[in-house]
This record gives sequence, C-alpha cells and structure tokens, in this order.
Amino acid sequence: MPKDSGIGASPKRREDIRFLTGTGNYTDDININGQTYAWFIRSDVAHGTINSIDASAAEAMEGVLKVFTSADFAEAGGIPCGWEVTDRHGQPMQEPKHPILAEGKVRHVGDPIAVVVAETLEQARDAAEAVEIDIDELEAVIDMKAAVAEGATKVHDDLTSNLCYDWGFVEENREAVDEAIKSAAHVTTLELVNNRVVANPMEPRVAVGDYNRAGDEHTLYTTSQNPHVIRLLMGAFVLSIPEHKLRVVAPDVGGGFGAKIYHYAEEAFVTYAAKVLNRPVKWTSSRSEAFISDAHGRDHVTKIELAMDENHKFTAVRTDTYANMGAYLSTFAPSVPTWLHGTLMAGNYITPLIYVNVKAVFTNTVPVDAYRGAGRPEATFQLERVIDKAARELGMDPVELRRKNFIQPDQFPYDTPVAVTYDTGNYDATMDKALEVADYAGFEARRAESEARGKLRGIGVAHYIEACGIAPSNLVGQLGARAGLYESATVRVNATGSISVFTGSHSHGQGHETTFAQVVSEMIGVDASQIDIVHGDTSKVPMGMGTYGSRSIAVGGSAMVRATEKIINKAKKIAAHLMEASEADIELKDGAFSVAGTDKSVAWGDVTLAAYVPHNYPLEDIEPGLEESAFYDPANFTYPSGAYICELEVDPETGVIDMLNFTAADDFGNVINPMIVEGQVHGGLAQGIGQALMEACIYDENGQLLSGSFMDYTMPRADDMPMMNVDHSCQTPCTHNPLGVKGCGEAGAIGSPPAVVNAVIDALHRAGHKVEHIDMPVSPARVWKAMHG
Amino acid sequence: MTKVTMTINGKPRSGEAEGRTLLASFLREELGLTGTHVGCDTSQCGACVVHVDGKAVKSCTMFALEADGAQVDTIEGQADADGTLNSLQQAFQDYHGLQCGFCTPGMVMSAAALLKDNPKPSEAEIRHYLEGNICRCTGYHNIVRAILAASGQDVPAVAAE
Ligand code: FES
Ligand code: FES
Repeated sequence: MPKDSGIGASPKRREDIRFLTGTGNYTDDININGQTYAWFIRSDVAHGTINSIDASAAEAMEGVLKVFTSADFAEAGGIPCGWEVTDRHGQPMQEPKHPILAEGKVRHVGDPIAVVVAETLEQARDAAEAVEIDIDELEAVIDMKAAVAEGATKVHDDLTSNLCYDWGFVEENREAVDEAIKSAAHVTTLELVNNRVVANPMEPRVAVGDYNRAGDEHTLYTTSQNPHVIRLLMGAFVLSIPEHKLRVVAPDVGGGFGAKIYHYAEEAFVTYAAKVLNRPVKWTSSRSEAFISDAHGRDHVTKIELAMDENHKFTAVRTDTYANMGAYLSTFAPSVPTWLHGTLMAGNYITPLIYVNVKAVFTNTVPVDAYRGAGRPEATFQLERVIDKAARELGMDPVELRRKNFIQPDQFPYDTPVAVTYDTGNYDATMDKALEVADYAGFEARRAESEARGKLRGIGVAHYIEACGIAPSNLVGQLGARAGLYESATVRVNATGSISVFTGSHSHGQGHETTFAQVVSEMIGVDASQIDIVHGDTSKVPMGMGTYGSRSIAVGGSAMVRATEKIINKAKKIAAHLMEASEADIELKDGAFSVAGTDKSVAWGDVTLAAYVPHNYPLEDIEPGLEESAFYDPANFTYPSGAYICELEVDPETGVIDMLNFTAADDFGNVINPMIVEGQVHGGLAQGIGQALMEACIYDENGQLLSGSFMDYTMPRADDMPMMNVDHSCQTPCTHNPLGVKGCGEAGAIGSPPAVVNAVIDALHRAGHKVEHIDMPVSPARVWKAMHG
Repeated sequence: MTKVTMTINGKPRSGEAEGRTLLASFLREELGLTGTHVGCDTSQCGACVVHVDGKAVKSCTMFALEADGAQVDTIEGQADADGTLNSLQQAFQDYHGLQCGFCTPGMVMSAAALLKDNPKPSEAEIRHYLEGNICRCTGYHNIVRAILAASGQDVPAVAAE
C-alpha cells in the first residue's frame, strides 16, 4: 500500500492552491506606496566607447525623478564574481570589473548604460527616448577562437587578452594522458558544440527596492533563488550595507533554472536608487530585456578523445574545451566549465587517466553562467556522444560498450581520477531498468513498422552521473569558491504543537513547502498540516545558500533533519520529566511520547505546551522553549545517475524529427515525494530535449542577438514533447546524508541531450547515412543537410 | 485617461486606462488582479490568457479600452466563492500540472476554453490547443494528464506509478 503521508508519499502540493487561484505573491505583484519605476537604457551595440550621455532633456520631462549613470555609482563596487579559478600555471583567472552601469565602454548588447526613474513606467519609458547617448562602435569579438587569436580586439582594455583562464585538470596527468592516447589500441575523436541557450523561466526578473530613512533600512524584493546570497554579495561587495540593515525577500518565484541565482546589476540599482530618491523603485524585465540581461547557459566548443585498449576498456580521456564567459564574469561563471565539468569527466566509467583543458574566453556577448545542470550536461554530452561513436567504430552495441566500462557496485566508494569520490551507484541496474521500460528488445519490430511507413526510426541511449548536493565547503573553498555552501534550518515548535520550519533553501517551483513538511511530519509524527515551511526572506530565515545544483533536499533537507533531531532530543527530556521516567526510555511514535515497556504516554502537544508554560518543567537542566537551529555542511557531493533512452522518427523527406518516446530510469537514492520527483524529471527532460532539438541562442558577427524573443528563440511547446516514462525505482541511497537522498532537479536536463542526438544519428545510420555527428540543436535543416549533403 | 468598465468574474469593475494600456496591465496594475501574468512581450507565452465574452484571449494583445463593457473572466474567478477549486483546477493539483505556477493561470484559462469547445479532447488535440501557452517547468506531461482527467477521460499511466 503506498503511504499517504510522510517520506515516500505523494500528498498534493499545498502551494498549488494559491497558484491555481491567482493568489500567489510574485515579485511583480508587489507594489509599495509611493513606488517609482525604473527603465534601463541598454546598449544596442555589442562593443563601443561611450563619448557622452546627455540626460538634461529627459530629466526635465514630466514625472522624471532622476536619470542615473555610472557617475552616480562612483562609490559602489562592481558586481562580484563568487568563484576564482586558478589556471594551469598557478595564476589566478583574469577578472574584469563588472560595473552596475557601463563605465566608458559598453561590452554587449544589453549592457545597461543609464536608468530613468519616473513616477510611472510610461513616463520613464518616454523619457528614456530623450536621453542622448553618443557611442563609437568598436569591433566586436564573438567567436571564441577568434577572441583568443593573436591581435584580437580586447573586450577589456585592462586585461592582457580575452583569455580568462587556461585550466588544466588534472594537470599532473597531462603527459601520461598524451602517452596513453598515443599508445592506445583505438582512439575515437569527436568535435562538438554545446549550444548556447537561454534559461527563460516564465517569470521575467523583477526587483523592487525600498528604503526606510528613519531606520536606515533597505529592503530588496527580488526574483532570486537565493536571497541570502544576494544580501551577502550586494551588501558586502557592491553597496556596503551591513546585513542587519539589508533585508532581501524572494517571494513566490516563477522558475529559475540557474538564471535567478546570480546577483544582477538591477538589484543593486533599485536598492541604491530607493535610498537616493527616498522612494520605492521598481524594475520589471520584459522578455526581450531578459534575453539580453539574464545570464545565458552552456556555450562550449569541445574536442574529446577517448582511448581504449584491445578489450575495449577505456584507458584515457582527453578534452579540449573553449567556454564562453560572455563580457563579464557572472556569479558562478568560472566554476561551471571547471569544477562542475572537469570533475565529471569520468562519467559512470572506469577511466584511469583523464585530462581536461578549458580555455574560458571573454566575448562581447551576455555573460554565461550555470543553467540547469551547469557543467555536468556539458561533460555528459561529450562522453555519451563519443562512446556512441566509439561503439559504432568498433561494431559494438553502444549499451555493451558502456556496460563493459561501468564502475561496478562493489567498487564503491569509488575514487575517480578527477578528484571526486562516488559514494554509491549501480549503473547496470539503471541501464537494465531503462531497457525494460523502453522495450529496447522490441525496437527492431517498431523500426520495421516505421520503415514500412517511410520513416527512419532510431533509438539512443545515454547514461549520466552528476555531482549534486553542492557542496562541502572546505573542498569548494580549496577550489576557489568565495563562499561556504552549507545550508541552515530553524525548527520552531509553537506552544500548541504546530511547527514553523525556516529553511535557507528556496522554492521556485520545486514544492519545498510540501516535501519538507513531509520529512518533519515523518520524524515527529505530527500531521503535515501542522507544519509550515518558511523560506525566501532574510529577515525570517537566519542564513541560507539557496537552491541550485539539486541541493535543496540533500543539503537543506539535511539541515532540517538535524534541527528536528535537536527538537526531538529536547522534547524527550521534557517528556521524561513529565512522566517521571528516564530519558533513555522515552520513545517518540506517531506524535506521542511513551516510556518503553509501560503504557505511560504523553502527547506531543502536552510536551510543547510544557516547554512554553514551564510550570512542571526541568528548569534546572534545560531552558524553556522549543526552537532549534542547525547548519549542515555536506561531507561529499551526492551522485545521482541514470539511464535515458530516446526513441524517435526522422522524416527522410524533410528532416523533421518526431519524438516518440522518452524513458528515464534514475537513481536518486531515497525519494521523499515521488510525484514531485517525477515532475522535476519531466521538466528537466523538456529542457534537455529543447536544447537538443530546437533551442539556440544565436549572435551574428556584430554581436547582435538574433534569437532575442520568443518569436525567434524556440521554446519547447506541448506538441513538441512526448509522454515520458519516468522511473526512480533503482535506489542506492546516499551514504553520507541523513535522508539518503541525492537530488533530482537537474538530471533530466543532463542525461537527455546525448540520448536525443544518439537516437538521431542511430536513425540515420540504420538508413545508410554515415553521419557521425550533428550539432545541437538538431534542426530539420541540419538533419536534411546531413542526409543529403 | 479614460474610464473603463467591465464585468470581471461576475462583478462590475471600473478603472482608468490610457489608449495604450493593455488589458493585462489594466487587470494587474489598475484593478490589482495579479493572478493574470505577463511572461513575454511578443504574444507568445499565454501566461496572460483570460476569457473575454467567453473566449480565451491573450490579455497582452488587447487594449483595455477594447474590453470596455465586456464580460471578463480571470483565474481569480474560477474557484467557488468558498475557495473550493473547480474540477479543472483540482485536476491540475491532483496530477501535479504546475510547478512554479507562473504559467498556470494562462494554462487553466486556456484549458477551460478548450474543454468548453471540445469536452473530450484527445492527447494530440490538447497538445495542439496549448500551442500558445509556454510552460518551462513541467514538460507539459502532467498538464496534459490534468486536462485529460478534468475531461473525465483515462489518463495514461506513467511507468513508475
Ligand atoms: S504575456 Fe501575453 S502572451 Fe506572453
Ligand atoms: S509551472 Fe512554471 S512555467 Fe509552468
């Protein structure tokens, strides 16, 4: 019988009620008395020198309060980068200043130059037309390899070149890897592009700044995945506001997918302008503005070589990657192609020698940062594509080649040659499950049926691993992170027994209010309806690193478990006193404390009441009250893994692809709410399939973004997506966190792109087209060209 | 500024609008009905769908003045007065047809219009009808299931269930 509450059950989401009745509270729904409106004037050229800005006419217009330029931010710091990567030679990366508003130069289309603040949005927009800005356009550098060529125009005059860093990992292995590749029985080489994409959460970014002069208190309402991180970065590095004077609130947030992790200039702007003007200031992004101001994702160009011995065992992997940083370093940008990518290049396989080289490059494009999966999709795509190609070259079944090289269940914990230790996994199990669910064995019959209809049917397999539950602070500190990556939780038990949990994790669609309550409900035995989950407000939650990297349940959930354990321990002391028993004999079950071996028991509510009305209470031993906090810093990453199978048809006449079926067999360890976990996988798959088949962020050679709206940038729609078969029954629980959970948010986006491309190549090969690779997005035009030349 | 009056969710409401004020902004800014969302500026996403005189309309494609005198239904008016979800809303909750909730008002209003025209749509018809509604969170899988369920049809099982 499936459970109907607690861990492993799928209760309906409590947050749905407000979202389904139009009573959610998203940032743009917030309007403060006396509010003014900010309109950003952004560069329409990719690179240029600002000669002059004349705002006098605009400032004289009705309703205009002020036009801000970089001169107004002379005292402020730049937008900080949260991660410093050290290059192959032990030197720190090149780190340019990222001003709030452009200083002297613009460096990408969308770079903010000036901001008009007016009484109404219409007045601000109209006045923006009257601001005269004289810019001399300069040559733009867009292509990464051209950007690092001799004599290339520099994005930043004060840096030595456009190379942010040249990273080698593991640098000591460089020569041994070269040697292994030279002496290998077989080497498969593949060059591929991981296409640049735009996260496009459906809610555009919004920021509202408010200032209370009497108390010198700032409040920022923002569409953020991590309000405390924004408070830290903006308060400490940009505006010099101490934490106790700066409150950051991220209320209901309409999706993030990475793009809402970062600290953005608009947040600092409204916070600062609200003080200057002594009025609330609101900025709401349009979708077109989002395309040129939200951090983009991916954008890697890679050559990968896979070496094997005569038994088809992998002996070495060597990769050479160019990673686009865009014009400035966004918050986590340097870590994505390095520590979130190089460390995953072992995949699910035993590969003794690995060398990853990454050249991070500045270009005159929007900054690039983590997007769902962040670095791990790039690693998985390379490996799973090159393995497929190798299998074809060797005349082997791609599943068999993978199985032959899988790390085996008895080898865990497994130290990879790229600095991480996988705690658990069973890759044959997930592979078996996916093959079963997808009816891999029955493919040939289905293919023949497609063929009879004139269609080319293909099937593609991929197996992924990811490092989630980001992250052990001491480890990431050594790797260049400028912050810790623990999580906090406070559990406040009220006098009558209801519970408020304050978590540093942030939900922007993941359903924490439901899932987190399930965990506490299971631990204490009180009904979930008695438990409230509070997040997203720095004035309520003590500290938080937020939600990204599939870390909420693994890190935030663990902190909550620790705090709840403290609550239970204290409550047992109180119960022992009330029942005049020894604390060691107290058992907590179904919300009541009993004395082992007796029929004595006391209800949860009696104990909580005693904590706050301590008339009969062990005051000499413990304090009244029942509220506990915990910080949890994980001992290791978690390592979800899984096998994905894509089945599709190609129309040989048009190159059009029909997605028929997608199967995901994931090992997420223990699962708290299967319904929500499946939903996360569906969403991740849609983003991965979108990247593989249709999404493309395209710049022309002048740095104009050609795909700058939903008219030009193809988002997956309902009729692009198949029904999906999602299974999570293979479970090897995480060994180092209390819930045994691994995280599920990014898996779908990581494992699906190679499965899709493998399926397309498979379909073409079976029809006799010797096509080795098609770059994403695998559009009908590209497929047709691959078939017909 | 012109005074505009419409019947919103069965009640007369009026407010001021400029000639260029979109119905979406009028609902959100002037009347405080923030359940209707704005997710794009090219009439592509459908987060803003409401019903005008019984027809699904992207409220970002219509001026407030054009809706003067119309019957407008929004997400705020879908549940019963006591807060009980209607059957379509309930199906979205039951089948986990929403995550961040931002596309949801538009999805529900579009789906309601579909079911009015076509009470038993096939999976393909649902997917086709939702062409103008983008969801970035759900992969549409559970939205399609929710609409099938709301129309009283069999919902394809998912392997894990
Ligand atoms: S806001 Fe109306 S379609 Fe996007
Ligand atoms: S639920 Fe987030 S966009 Fe649909």
